[in-house]
Amino acid sequence: MSLGPYASFIVTSYIAAALVVALLVAWIAIDYCNQKRRLREIEDSGVVRRSGRSATEP
Amino acid sequence: MGGLLELLLQHCLESATAIKEREAAKVRGSSDRYWKAMTLIDLVNPTRFLSLTARLLPFLAAATTIILLVGLYLSAAAPDDYQQGATVKIMFIHVPNAWLSMFVWAVMTTTALGTLVWRHPVADVAAKTAAPIGASFTLVALVTGSLWGRPMWGTYWEWDARLTSVLILLLMYLGLMALWRAVEDPSRAARAAAVLTLVGAINLPIIKFSVDWWNTLHQPASVLRMGGPTLDRTFLIPLLVMASGFTLLFVTLHVAAMRNEILRRRVRALQMMQARASSNDVRAASPASQPA
Repeated sequence: MSLGPYASFIVTSYIAAALVVALLVAWIAIDYCNQKRRLREIEDSGVVRRSGRSATEP
Repeated sequence: MGGLLELLLQHCLESATAIKEREAAKVRGSSDRYWKAMTLIDLVNPTRFLSLTARLLPFLAAATTIILLVGLYLSAAAPDDYQQGATVKIMFIHVPNAWLSMFVWAVMTTTALGTLVWRHPVADVAAKTAAPIGASFTLVALVTGSLWGRPMWGTYWEWDARLTSVLILLLMYLGLMALWRAVEDPSRAARAAAVLTLVGAINLPIIKFSVDWWNTLHQPASVLRMGGPTLDRTFLIPLLVMASGFTLLFVTLHVAAMRNEILRRRVRALQMMQARASSNDVRAASPASQPA
């Protein structure tokens, strides 16, 4: 597959899109781990939800 | 897959039970004019949402990956355009992101109604978490548009109606994200953000029709237009596959981000309970509160 004289523009476009998507996925995955960790820490300190169920469970 | 169907069926049955209870309450005379609408809104609550997403997310992620990979293969295999050459391949990234930049704001506008009319907590969560994802799609649309514009138009940027209105959309996304961070109470922030979102929706038709209303450097619509697409099938099929893949990507990321936000609000609620409990302990232990 030859991309011609404008290959750098095409490749940069795809890399930029992939980078933004990768950052979004990483941000969401890290945020999920952080929230779960914070909930576990609070529960370990003895605070529970009014329902009595674990906050880390749905 | 069977487990997912079972869960969805169970979810519908639970919702049907909730509707019956509401109807019974209505017969007893305790209803108000919002009951009918509320039964629909009640189908979504944070706890049900979390249990549903736990099962749904792996399927969504798998479907997104497969469709995007197929789309990338079709994009790579698409022939060069007779005028634009290989730069037409930028279209398969640029156009889906440009569509989604507007679609996400439209989703936020719908959730803004949920916030203002029914004050539904999941509507707040949906709006707040959609904004960064929408901003990312808008950024990709602008960057890839510039990279496509340089070889085709001879410039990275032109202050014409389409480009400027999309830049305004990006700034509005960033403004909304700043507003959410500036107001500490989530319910107050949600109402302010909902109003701003509704006002900002005016920009959507401006973006869409800017190429028709004004003389712009950007080409007019060639897919979503009266009279059908003017794009050849060899380009249209990869474009639609990529658009489906990016739309699924948005749904997957949005659902995951909403799950995180619900957990964040649980953290906040538990921290407030913790703070209340410790302040009560301090009050009980202080000498001033002891009987003489």
